[in-house]
Amino acid sequence: MKLHTISINNLKRRKAKMAFLTIGLMVGIATIVTLVTLTRSMSSDIERKMDEFGANILITPQSNGLAMNYGGISLGGVTFDQREILESDLAKIKTIKNSKNVSAVSPKVLGGITVNNHDVLLVGVHFESELKMKQWWKVFGSEPKSDQDLLLGTDAAKVLNVNPGDKLTIKGESFTVAGVLDQTGSQDDSLVFASLPKAQKLLGKEGKITLAEVAALCSGCPISDMVTQIAEKLPDAKVSAIQQVVEGRLKALDQFKRFSYAMAGVVVFIGSLIVFVTMMGSVNERTTEIGVFRAIGFRKAHIMRIILFEAALVSLLAGFLGYAAGMGGAKLALPFMAESKNAHLVWDTTVAFGSIGLALTLGLVASLYPALHASKMDPTEALRAL
Amino acid sequence: MALIEIRNVKKQYTSGEDTVEALRGVDITIEAGEFITIMGQSGSGKSTLLSVLGGMNHPSSGEVEMAGVKLYQLPGEKLADFRAQNLGFVFQSFHLIQYLTAIENVMLPLAITKMSTNDKKSAARTALERVGLGAKLDRLPNQLSGGEQERVAIARAIVNNPHILLADEPTGNLDSKTSEEVMALFRELNAAGQTVVMVTHNPENGAYSDRTINLRDGMVLGQA
Repeated sequence: MKLHTISINNLKRRKAKMAFLTIGLMVGIATIVTLVTLTRSMSSDIERKMDEFGANILITPQSNGLAMNYGGISLGGVTFDQREILESDLAKIKTIKNSKNVSAVSPKVLGGITVNNHDVLLVGVHFESELKMKQWWKVFGSEPKSDQDLLLGTDAAKVLNVNPGDKLTIKGESFTVAGVLDQTGSQDDSLVFASLPKAQKLLGKEGKITLAEVAALCSGCPISDMVTQIAEKLPDAKVSAIQQVVEGRLKALDQFKRFSYAMAGVVVFIGSLIVFVTMMGSVNERTTEIGVFRAIGFRKAHIMRIILFEAALVSLLAGFLGYAAGMGGAKLALPFMAESKNAHLVWDTTVAFGSIGLALTLGLVASLYPALHASKMDPTEALRAL
Repeated sequence: MALIEIRNVKKQYTSGEDTVEALRGVDITIEAGEFITIMGQSGSGKSTLLSVLGGMNHPSSGEVEMAGVKLYQLPGEKLADFRAQNLGFVFQSFHLIQYLTAIENVMLPLAITKMSTNDKKSAARTALERVGLGAKLDRLPNQLSGGEQERVAIARAIVNNPHILLADEPTGNLDSKTSEEVMALFRELNAAGQTVVMVTHNPENGAYSDRTINLRDGMVLGQA
């Protein structure tokens, strides 16, 4: 017989009341877990989608109304009139206020060339950053490693009739087709990719670039702020945000997140009230019992320990059940809430431990006053018999 | 030196503008090993006296000294410790904890001691055997008769070998036959050296005690 034996036996005896308390607290915790997990899963879904989209800021030269045809921009027949950006200017992107949000900068140089009597668009890229940014690319053959390697879009490879490992001569210089891209359905299919320094040399644009894609891939990145910051650093360039839709979705998600936290606050408050009222009722019902405890020599601290241990046990159970129910709820709700059909549920140990910790804290804090009230009961009044 | 000395104890209850004097200067001395019954009509102050004696009810004035300790000069929690170590209570309505078995009820005073669980069980079993309930250790209170519940309450009161056993109308809820058995049990415990102070309104119970203190209107009317 120890103090916790009393707590455990009391819980066993008052099953209905304790079940009510557990369910009350569990529903609260489950609601919070569902809201938090949904928010996180939806954020993760959006972030993944942004990863798939690739860049979200495009830097192009101010071209007096002339358009290019890349990334949704028309290049047309004015290629040779366009202005270029100095490659060295891109270093300024690293000096903007939100530079830590920049995950990749991919400079490109574009220009028309003739290969095997076909006019093709040559794009000079840093293969490493390009492949990192365009994770959906599937390369047949191998990824280009040297300046003499080329990567061809699937249509370009067909037109030029080459396969991985074949040789191509451009302006008298021999190159190896390291890889061919699988069909992307975008303008990439008809491009010939070379390393940036080599393309700049072939196009006579050393040290210059035609455009740069910037990836700022994180939930809630201040894209519009970053566009302004980059535009200030590169006054001769046109800086524009792409993926406005995704950005808009992120804003909506942010609002949902705020709503979730507000809901969580209300739920925590209601949960606390349930615990408080139930524990207070339980203490009042047990007046005689507490009187006996005090009469036979239990200290106030002993009484508090009995009450708080009961609260802790119920809270822990409610925390576990609430987490499980909350994750179940989130799993059911996610397909209706997420952008894409294959959104994944985010299992986060922080949420697991956090929800159990929250339940425990909630239970103990809300039971503190009832426990204190119980411990202060006058044994004589509590017993009434004496 | 007497085991218990009550000196000029007064107790007043105030309710709004009304003041009730439950005890009006009570002086009692009880020796170790005595069996005392405190008798009186309802409202005579006997239950108040027992609660004052039990360290649960601060007197308005006066002194209660038990085993050389001035009870009400002890700080609050020390007084609780004193109760745990020196006093055993038997309540009128038994006040057993309904969700604990007989042996668990008896172990209750030991729950706050540092004894091992086995020692607690052994002490509780011995106490229950002393009151004749060795075969009903695992029964819940609602599975026991009134007399048996009273016995469990007595076992709980004696499990920590208290200096004094305080009982408040222990036969108040029992039939006459069971009352006699319970009183015989108190007598038996007293014969084994246990000091017993019992509040009762039943004159027949006085026959089991060494001395009867009569109270009326909060004052000792006489001792016999």
